[in-house]
Amino acid sequence: MYVKGLKCRECGRRYPKEPIFVCEWCFGPLEVEYDYEAIKKVFTRKELEKREPNLWRYRELLPIDGEPTFGLSSGFTPLIEAKNLASVLGIKRCYIKDDSVNHPTLSFKDRVVAVALSKAKEFGFKTVACASTGNLANAVASHSRKGFNCYVFIPADLEPSKIVSSLIYGVNVVAVEGNYDEVNRLCAEVAMRYRWAFVNVNLRPYYAEGSKTYGFEIAEQLGFRAPRHIVIPAASGSLVTKIYKGLQEFYQLGLINEFPTRFYIAQAEGCSPIVQAFREGSNIIRPVKPKTIAKSIAIGNPADGVYALDIARKTKGYAEAVSDEEIIAGIKLLAETEGVFTETAGGVTVAVAKKLIEKGIIPRNEEVVICITGNGLKTQEVLVNHLKSVIRIKPSLEEVFKKKIEGGE
Amino acid sequence: MPVIVRIPTPLLSLTNGQREVEAEGRNILELIEDLERRYPGLKERLCDEQGNLRRFINFFVNDEDIRFLENEKTSLKDGDVVSIVPAIAGGK
Repeated sequence: MYVKGLKCRECGRRYPKEPIFVCEWCFGPLEVEYDYEAIKKVFTRKELEKREPNLWRYRELLPIDGEPTFGLSSGFTPLIEAKNLASVLGIKRCYIKDDSVNHPTLSFKDRVVAVALSKAKEFGFKTVACASTGNLANAVASHSRKGFNCYVFIPADLEPSKIVSSLIYGVNVVAVEGNYDEVNRLCAEVAMRYRWAFVNVNLRPYYAEGSKTYGFEIAEQLGFRAPRHIVIPAASGSLVTKIYKGLQEFYQLGLINEFPTRFYIAQAEGCSPIVQAFREGSNIIRPVKPKTIAKSIAIGNPADGVYALDIARKTKGYAEAVSDEEIIAGIKLLAETEGVFTETAGGVTVAVAKKLIEKGIIPRNEEVVICITGNGLKTQEVLVNHLKSVIRIKPSLEEVFKKKIEGGE
Repeated sequence: MPVIVRIPTPLLSLTNGQREVEAEGRNILELIEDLERRYPGLKERLCDEQGNLRRFINFFVNDEDIRFLENEKTSLKDGDVVSIVPAIAGGK
């Protein structure tokens, strides 16, 4: 309704609303352009407060023309004030934006897929597909069951839970013998041959806009203000750029009065091309071959890396990486302090937040939002040998006493 | 020494709609020069004003990213397949 068209982020050439994803001239990424003047007239705090608690409450800022048709119960996940975690980290205030309970597939990918499939339907596609490290595949598989044929392409060595969580919906799961970057390149080639809606390839300009809702919700749930510091996991870097764009739009539309947010990029040491470029002060992102337990964010060749890097720099944020051991410690810390079981990517953000606070880069007397984008039930295998053993007993009271199962009253 | 080059959709108008074309060159730089001779206008789409490969295009030789090989100096041999793929794709 409010979409003017697409615009190349590099050279500024404009294109109509079509399923295209790169500038025909320079191959730069295409961004959705909105008519903000028109949006400003209808999209107000008062109007928002009347709407249903799902991501479509922000529909004027999402790139569909008709009514939303997918993900009608997705989004509007809890923003928790994490007091126990704040106390362990030694920071004044800490919030967790918890997409580990996003509906229905337990990751922030329900947001982008809601938008991508609504758009795919508008374009008249019959088949939807994606290249994924698991969470996206789960979301595409689940949401597409009504109305599309579906193919999801994943690296063959993915965590078993993430494979089952796609297969359960009866879709076609293609396991590619290679890493995510190889799956991605293959899908870009397939997308140029088939008339399929690859949500994160030819629908990417629309799909990626769904991530803005994660940022909109944080601002709204904070009482219409932007956070001071935000730690975001980076795979392709898209989430970083879209949270930034979302908050920028809220600021531009007058829904928040200030936008003083510093953006911190979190990566796993075993796949940290954006962090490496940040450390070197470089504008060029050198691709890497990923080697980390954080498979969901193991993208060695991040499509939006340069833009995410630019945001970290210009907001006076930072980019930091953590080891696999620190990731596991991060997962456990969040579970033990806040009762939230996140996947490896969430372990990365918690561990990076901890590191940045310890280093004094995020000041202790301020507030931080930590982005939790996925659920720990999907990556349980990484915790094998890192947890207490169960206490196995026979069903007798004697055993209870013998094994010293006791505690304070 | 022909090499098979896979052409991305935005450049099909320059190759008369052909998705795969043949070209020659001992490395990627020479290949681009040869592509320009055969399909005038291709070079300026693949390279910026300084002659460097545009940053949103990736080249793969037999499915390997040339940035893991020797970039634009990556050598080519008869029968190699070079894919030219837009860099902007992917999420998780």
